[in-house]
Amino acid sequence: MDQKLIFLTLVGMLLVTYIPRFLPLFFLANRSLPDVVHRWLGYVPSAVLAAMLFPSLFVKEKQLWLSFDNLYLMAAIPTFLLAWKSKSLFGTVITGMVLVAGVRFLSG
Amino acid sequence: MINKLMTRFLQKNSWTSTGIIEGLKLSFPIIIGYIPIGIAFGVLSSKVGISAFNTIVMSLIVFAGSSQLIAVGLFLAGASAISVIITTFIVNLRHFLMTAALSPYLKSWRKLELAAFAFEVTDETFGIHAAMFASDNYLKESAFTVNIAAQISWLTGTWIGIIASQMITDIERLALDFALPAMFIGLLVMATNNRTKALVAIIAGSLSVLFSQFHLEQWNVIIATLIGATLGVLLKKWIKN
Repeated sequence: MDQKLIFLTLVGMLLVTYIPRFLPLFFLANRSLPDVVHRWLGYVPSAVLAAMLFPSLFVKEKQLWLSFDNLYLMAAIPTFLLAWKSKSLFGTVITGMVLVAGVRFLSG
Repeated sequence: MINKLMTRFLQKNSWTSTGIIEGLKLSFPIIIGYIPIGIAFGVLSSKVGISAFNTIVMSLIVFAGSSQLIAVGLFLAGASAISVIITTFIVNLRHFLMTAALSPYLKSWRKLELAAFAFEVTDETFGIHAAMFASDNYLKESAFTVNIAAQISWLTGTWIGIIASQMITDIERLALDFALPAMFIGLLVMATNNRTKALVAIIAGSLSVLFSQFHLEQWNVIIATLIGATLGVLLKKWIKN
């Protein structure tokens, strides 16, 4: 592979990644937004996190996967309950990983 | 010498060690998640034939996990530079919504601080920031510590991955692949502190799954987020009336 071309591509990736990250802060942080925009932005965290999480649990290789064999989905249920009750991010991550590793170990 | 410079920097910006330690505590789950994924990225990137230098540079200047893995896949498939860049743009456009959502909390920050902060906003650091800024008790130095710790762990993972790319790595056995979904579950629960938000999460998540079936490539996340947040505003009005 042409490493020089890859490097130039990386610079392009930097620009298209950094500009969308920075622009809202540059234009929005110093002004007060209309109330409705403020409220709309308040829903973004829940919406975007769920929009990223759900496909990772329900979709495999572009196919909907609703079954007891879906280990991610099965492990997600107790992981979710723990997150909800404990509010501990660290505990949630460790528990989720132990669950998945445990099931994989038992099922060989 | 370095010590002196550090002390001067901390004093000049009135950063407290309590705030930095708080930031380190908050970044712990991110570190747990980023090192294994970083390793996976480093291994894959090396196997595909991207040089160690370029692999590290990608983690340093792009710093966006999923897009880096997708880019490696595209390089392998022989995609053109321009199509790699356009795909990266689409995949990472969601960060636009994230920093927009954080902007109301950053009114007192200087432009240079905003520029530095934006560079390390990822899905996971955003999740922490969103929850912590909303709690009202979040120091600037904690926010920066979370960002820096996240990128250092991502770079460390990448570096280990490059070295380990010669050896056999069984990521599945240790369930390292579930670290990110588990973190998203935790972050989602932290962000969702009322019923309307819970409804928004269910709607946006379901729409994202639905749209993933329509060959929208990576647009499903952004479209589902836009619809979900808009419905949240409308639903709240409707529930009130």
